[in-house]
Amino acid sequence: MGILEVKDVNKRFGGLQALGNVNLSVVENSCHAIIGPNGAGKSTLLNCLVGKLIPDTGSVMFDGQSVLGRKPYEINQMGISRVFQTPEIFGDLSVLENMMIPIFAKRDGAFRMHAVEHTENEKEIVDQAEHMLDSLNMADKRHFHSASMSRGDKRRLEIGMCLAQNPRLLLLDEPTAGMARADTNNTIDLLKQIKDERDITIAIIEHDMHVVFSLAERITVLAQGTPLVEDTPDKIKGHPKVREAYLGETA
Amino acid sequence: MLGLNKKDTTLLIIVAALTLLAPFILNPFPADSALAQFNAGYPDLMQRFVIFGIFAIGFNILFGLTGYLSFGHAAFLGVGSYSAVWMFKLLSMNVIPAIILSVIVAGLFALLIGFISLRRSGIYFSILTLAFAQMSFNLAYSVLTPITNGETGLQLTLNDPRILGVSATADGSIPVTNLFGIEMRGTYEMVAGPWSFQFNTGYYLCAIIMLLAFYLAVRIFRSPFGMMLRAIKSNNTRMSYTGLNARPYALAAFVISGMYAGLAGGLMASMDPLAGAERMQWTASGEVVLMTILGGAGTLIGPVLGAGFIKYFENIFSKINDNVLHSWFSFMPDGLEDAMVALVYPFIGKGWHLTLGILFMLVVIFLPGGLVEGGQRIMRAFKRRKPDETSSETTTEPAE
Repeated sequence: MGILEVKDVNKRFGGLQALGNVNLSVVENSCHAIIGPNGAGKSTLLNCLVGKLIPDTGSVMFDGQSVLGRKPYEINQMGISRVFQTPEIFGDLSVLENMMIPIFAKRDGAFRMHAVEHTENEKEIVDQAEHMLDSLNMADKRHFHSASMSRGDKRRLEIGMCLAQNPRLLLLDEPTAGMARADTNNTIDLLKQIKDERDITIAIIEHDMHVVFSLAERITVLAQGTPLVEDTPDKIKGHPKVREAYLGETA
Repeated sequence: MLGLNKKDTTLLIIVAALTLLAPFILNPFPADSALAQFNAGYPDLMQRFVIFGIFAIGFNILFGLTGYLSFGHAAFLGVGSYSAVWMFKLLSMNVIPAIILSVIVAGLFALLIGFISLRRSGIYFSILTLAFAQMSFNLAYSVLTPITNGETGLQLTLNDPRILGVSATADGSIPVTNLFGIEMRGTYEMVAGPWSFQFNTGYYLCAIIMLLAFYLAVRIFRSPFGMMLRAIKSNNTRMSYTGLNARPYALAAFVISGMYAGLAGGLMASMDPLAGAERMQWTASGEVVLMTILGGAGTLIGPVLGAGFIKYFENIFSKINDNVLHSWFSFMPDGLEDAMVALVYPFIGKGWHLTLGILFMLVVIFLPGGLVEGGQRIMRAFKRRKPDETSSETTTEPAE
């Protein structure tokens, strides 16, 4: 029984069957990659996991509880954090403030009024945020205007913001899309480090095979909204069906 | 000091000094000089400066922090005014219960309107608030006449059933608003040579309340709550995927700013106990938007500056008429004088809106951060001229 169990999920957009009978089980503390050609339904599946979309049929269970019908912030409070394809950070705020917000959310829940306390007096939160930035090697950037940073730094910050909440499941949507090679390698190193240091389950959607084969322990191949195969990276590499559907063109 | 850091404390002290010394600062010209018409240091106008300052400070908590642009904030101001006048009619001429009631009623009203309007964001939110404010205006103007006295406006009469106090004074006139016996209209006039400075009780009450309101706004801006509000403006998607429910935060900001508007309305009625529906009209809502943007949305001092700026124009520029213009240009030859007057005339008197409009456009195009950004640029230009201080400039914040 995995920490994330997707059963018979169907999603239809008008005439398009985006997801057809998707079954997926993500084992706790593993790194599971979902790959597939464009339009395979990877992002739709991810959106069904975080409350952005509701599947037409089927169930999505996280740690024994259904996530369906819950709002994105409620699902986050259950312990699922999501990293977006284009980094979603608070661009108008400083890097340190960006890091403090998820820590506040973790401590205080979805809503709490702290209308007159001074932010600087929240020692515990500031310390945690500083510590997190340290571990990301971003301590020197803490007063930067976060929108002015490079794509790679924004991604690093976004991943850090998710980790600051100690999520049990981290969902990554093409974390290296549109990145320079050096930034991609940095991101891979960061994710490897996270995997080694924490009890965390990672589910990753990715186009870049280099990233997938460096990180994943299990891979699900999605094609036309249906899982084709699920296996270890070594087996996937040589799988004839996969070559035909996907790798054949690129490898 | 007072739970603020050094920079904010300095700002608070500057604002306090400016408001408390306003009767001097706003009366720089001798009473008999030609420039005396630019003096703004009379009680009625000074009261308006600080009352609209409170209104704009509150509006800025919503618009400056969360980015939700409300086009119906005048409704809360109007509701506050009506509540205060009813308190004068029914309970007592003391302003304290009136102000308290106006804040509470405006807060409840804002809770209702905010709860519905905040289901949408962006332009739909603005339109919803505008629609609610226009509905309130029309209700006050016609349907709710028993409460609002329709187009005449709600006024005190000689037979109000005032529980604590008298319906009419011994000499048969309507009693005046007071603070535990100190009359709001009381003014002490200090004559110093050709100058005359007026110290009005009502103004000082408003000024002290504005300082409290300003202080509270600073605390909100610097609090975790304020940070969450800025996070809503910055990235709502990240907000919800970080486990935060944006709606109660936005609603809290909406109610707080509605209460500020109610406070402004209550003070307005305390200075002059009448309330009319026109206070709730959409032009009044638009005015506070202009004040905030002109001064600098999202900055602490900006809305106060914007409010002062617009109210000054409204009251001083609109009083310049063609006779005044002729006297200004009288040194010129006749033909040229008439030409100059004809050229300037559209921008003064009733045409002050034109001047204000042009200024507003210039500010929005060249100083998107409002008057505050203008001030920052001037400060920076000054700092650059002193080369010995450039080394200590490492902490300069980037302009937003």
